[in-house]
This record gives sequence, structure tokens and C-alpha cells, in this order.
Amino acid sequence: MNTVIETKNLTKQFGDFTAVDRISFSVKKGEIFGFLGANGAGKTTAMRMLCGLSKPTSGQGFVAGFDIARQTEAVKKSIGYMSQKFSLYEDLTVKENIRLFAGIYGVKEKTILPKMEETLSTLGLSNEKNSLVKALPLGWKQKLAFSVAIFHEPQIVFLDEPTGGVDPITRRHFWELIYEATERGITVFVTTHYMDEAEYCNRLSIMVDGRIDALDTPAHLRAQFRAETMDEVFRKLARKATRTEI
Amino acid sequence: MKQFLSFVQKEFYHIFRDVRSMLILLAMPIIQIILFGFAITTEVRNVQVAVLDFSKDISTQQIIHRLQESEYFTVSEISHPDEIDRIFKKGQANLVLVFGNHFHDNLLHTGEASLQMIADASEPNQASTLVNYATSILGLYRQELMREYQMPFQIRPEVRMLYNPQMKSAYYFVPGVMGLILMLICAMMTSIAIVREKETGTMEVLLASPIRPLYIILAKMVPYFTLSIVNLITILLLAVFVLKVPIAGNLVLLALLSLLFIIVALSLGLLISNIVDTQVAAILVSGMGLMMPTMILSGMVFPIESMPPVLQGLSTVLPARWYIAAVKKLMVQGVDGVFVIKEFVLLAFMAAVLLAVSLRKFKIRLQ
Repeated sequence: MNTVIETKNLTKQFGDFTAVDRISFSVKKGEIFGFLGANGAGKTTAMRMLCGLSKPTSGQGFVAGFDIARQTEAVKKSIGYMSQKFSLYEDLTVKENIRLFAGIYGVKEKTILPKMEETLSTLGLSNEKNSLVKALPLGWKQKLAFSVAIFHEPQIVFLDEPTGGVDPITRRHFWELIYEATERGITVFVTTHYMDEAEYCNRLSIMVDGRIDALDTPAHLRAQFRAETMDEVFRKLARKATRTEI
Repeated sequence: MKQFLSFVQKEFYHIFRDVRSMLILLAMPIIQIILFGFAITTEVRNVQVAVLDFSKDISTQQIIHRLQESEYFTVSEISHPDEIDRIFKKGQANLVLVFGNHFHDNLLHTGEASLQMIADASEPNQASTLVNYATSILGLYRQELMREYQMPFQIRPEVRMLYNPQMKSAYYFVPGVMGLILMLICAMMTSIAIVREKETGTMEVLLASPIRPLYIILAKMVPYFTLSIVNLITILLLAVFVLKVPIAGNLVLLALLSLLFIIVALSLGLLISNIVDTQVAAILVSGMGLMMPTMILSGMVFPIESMPPVLQGLSTVLPARWYIAAVKKLMVQGVDGVFVIKEFVLLAFMAAVLLAVSLRKFKIRLQ
């Protein structure tokens, strides 16, 4: 009973177009689950369904034990979400952003302040708490956005291409935060198209044309596809794709 | 050179492939020319004129006949002085002519007769145009009489500008500005604020959070609601103390009416934010779809009575038209509540429909 995400034949259609085609997988508690795929492969759509942002056309999905089609409110309370676009308010200060999202997720008032101090010192942002978010460098913004997404200690955090546009070293720092979160028992579901990030995941699924074509640990995937790197695995699979953009 | 040309070509592609830019570049000038061409007219046509005739003699009948014949006026008769006030407040006449007793006798025997012209000067430009037209019709009649009798005659119109004796245009534009500003703040700014969140991606984060979508929207509306009330008070204070436009009618009714209009405008803003995805589009839709018609067709600048029927019909769906009309009645004419029931009912109806449609359309899920 350690499964926190489970889908069975989860499908999303937009008119005639099948964005997500009968995907089935499960994610265990505390796992870092990588969700890979080329642009248009359907990973963002799949993730939106899991977050209760989009209703499945058919199939089933359970997140934190709640039905994603019927119990969206309960699903939303158990998860954190960091979107592909920057998800904090640029015109609010660091402190104001944390307070806002802590409030939205119903974190108790008396735990907000000490936790905020703790978070800020982990991030090394204690001196910046009254700065506007737009004044921060991109790498810091993303780390802050992640910390805000897990501030309410969700069971699962969904990260949609969280490190777009930053260099590998900053990405490495970002991933240190992710590992810390998993040590606290938070499950991480992450989409990415950086192959160095893919290597950091416990297990990976690779989506091609709306279907999951491969699902295993990075080492097993490399062995299975007789590839040196994840990049090679990914390219071997992505070559089969017939569509490019949604 | 070749590089430069390919860049020029690329810029053209940007424009041709963007429906919105095409609309601004091509449709906007056309729409503006058409609207301005038809709506900017000081000409008056088929204006309601009421006549109170105590003489009922040959001269007054001939004058009334001439007014009737001109394309400017549609004449109706009233029989009692008490009716004058009522038909003005109901908006059934913009000009009232009063002939005293023995008009024809006075004219023939003393060579001089007078009549009273009462105009609704809450629209000062229209009022003076009406008085001028009516005076020139009287002048023509006088010339005919002089040719016929070979005698000099005088017809003295005694003009009274009702509601706005000093012919201040402030009386006229204050209600219009109220309508426009409330529309701007509530509809335009609200839609932009909501769409901005869609654009930056924060809306997605909010929708993925347990907060209820209705609260997201209400939270957006509150500041604009507050701001528009502050604006309303500011406008009224300025009107009274700087422009010296008195508030003749009931302040409570005026406040209620404004609240109703604010709700209409807020729901329009919400509706716009549901339709469009970018701030630019929100500005365009609210600018073209709300601000421009409000400015031109609501009776704020140009009298609705002088517009061609098509535009008159179009103006009836504008909430601002009814708001401005009712504000004029309440503020400038100082009428009782019963005279603005129609406007209240129409605005309430619009508010209910718009609010229902926009809340329904607001997407709880992104897809």
C-alpha cells in the first residue's frame, strides 16, 4: 500500500485527436518519477489530468488514493504543483509569495513563520525575503517556486519542466532540493526534456505519441535499448513519433 | 539588401498571420469612420415637440402645421401646463411650445405676439439647435404674414432652458464620464487582470490549488469594485464642487443605480477574460467592443435621437446608454424613482444575464 499514483488506461481526447492514449502506470511513495517525451507527446496533458486540471475522457486515475475524475478537490489538497511557466508572482516579495500560497493551501498561521524562516535559510534567501521576486535570478526563482510548491508538505509534488532555461549546475542545485523533499517522504513527479535530469530519477517513463513506450529505471532502460546514455534511449524512441506539436 | 528585404517580408508575415493586428489595421479605421460619420451630427431629426396651445386660432394652427411639416419635428399636443414637466421627465419631448391666449389677435392688432419655448437643456447642444430651428420656422411664417398683410409683425419667442439654465455642457458630460470610467475600470481592467494570470501561468497554479475558482474571480473583482466606488464618489464630488453641477435627485437612487451598472461592467470584464487568452486581446476586445461604442453610441457625446435607426437600435444593447440616461434624469433633472424604473429594470436584467453567462463560462478546468 505504498502506491500514491495509479492510472489505468487513462485517455484524453480533444475532438478526434488523442493527446493521451490509454496510459497505465503506478508511482510509489517517495519515488522520483520522471515523465519524458518530446514536445507534443502528451506529457503535460497527462500531468494536468493527474492534477485535476483536466478531466479524463476515459480510463481511471488515482492520486493519493483519490479519484482524479470525481474527487478533484481532495486531489488538489494532497498535491503541490509547479507549472512550466514561472508560477510565482513577480510583483510580490519572496515573503508575500510564500504567505499567499501557504494561505491558499491552508497551512496553519502559527506554523507559517517558523517554516518560512527555515525554508529561506535552506535556500540562502534570508536576506532577500523582502525583495520582489522579479529581482531574483532565474535559478533562485525556480528553487523558490519549488519550495513554495512543497511548503504545505503535500504527498506528491508535480513539476512540469521545472528547470527550463537554466544551466546544468543550477539544475544540480535544484535537484538537491528535490532529494531533500523525497527524504521527507514527498513523492516527486517530474516532466523534463533534459537528459541529465532524467538520470537523477528513480524511474522513467517515456511517452511517444500519447502512449508510454518505455518505463523502468534509467540503468535498465539503457540496457534494454543497448544505449550508452539516456539521450540515446530517448532518441531511439522519439524517432518513432509521427506527430510533433499539439 | 537581400537580408533586409527578407526581414521586411517576415514583418509582413507577422501582421498577415495575426488576426488581431489585421483587425486593428483594417477594420478599426473603417468602423471608426462609419461610426463617426453617422454619429457626429448636430442635425436634429424627428425630435418630439409638444405644443400647449391656449389660442387655437388660425396663426397658431398654421405655425403648428409648419412645425409638423418640417422634417425636424414630430409634434404632439398637450392641453394642460401641468403636463409639461411630466413629458420632459418621461423623455417624451425635448421642446415644448406654449402659445398664450389671443395669439392671432395680438399679432394683427398690436403687430406683436409672443410664445414660450421650453427646451430640455440637460443636452445643451441639442437644446440650442432645437430652439434655433423652431425660431427660424417662426421667422419664415412671420415673413409670409408680412407679405400678405404688408405690415410689420413681431413674433417674440421667449426661451427657457429647462434643467440647465446656463447651458453648461458639464451637465451633459458628467453622466457620460461616469458611465465611461466605470466601464473602463470594471470591464477593461478586470478582464486584463484575469487574463494576465492566464498569460503568466499563475492561473494554472491557482487552478491546481484547492482554492475554489469562484473565489479566484471574486477576489479579482473586489479591488475593481472598490476602486470604481471610489471613482464614483470622486466624480460626483468634482461635479458638485468644481463643475457646480448640483445633484438634483435622490442620492440613494443614484448610488443604487451605479452599483447595478458596476455589476454589469464587472460581469462584462469577466466574460471578456473568458473569451481571450492574452492581455493585448483583452485590451482590444474591451476597447473596441465596450469603450468605443460607449463613447460614441451611448448618448454620451452625440444625441441618440439624431442617429440613424440602425445605430439607435445598436445603442439599446449598451448598458452605458441606460445608465447614462438614468443618471441624467436623476442628477440633472432630479426626477423621482418612478421615472427611472425602465432603466433600473433593463440594467438589472443585463446584470443577471451577463453574470450568469460569465460565471458559467469561467473555466474550472483549463480544457
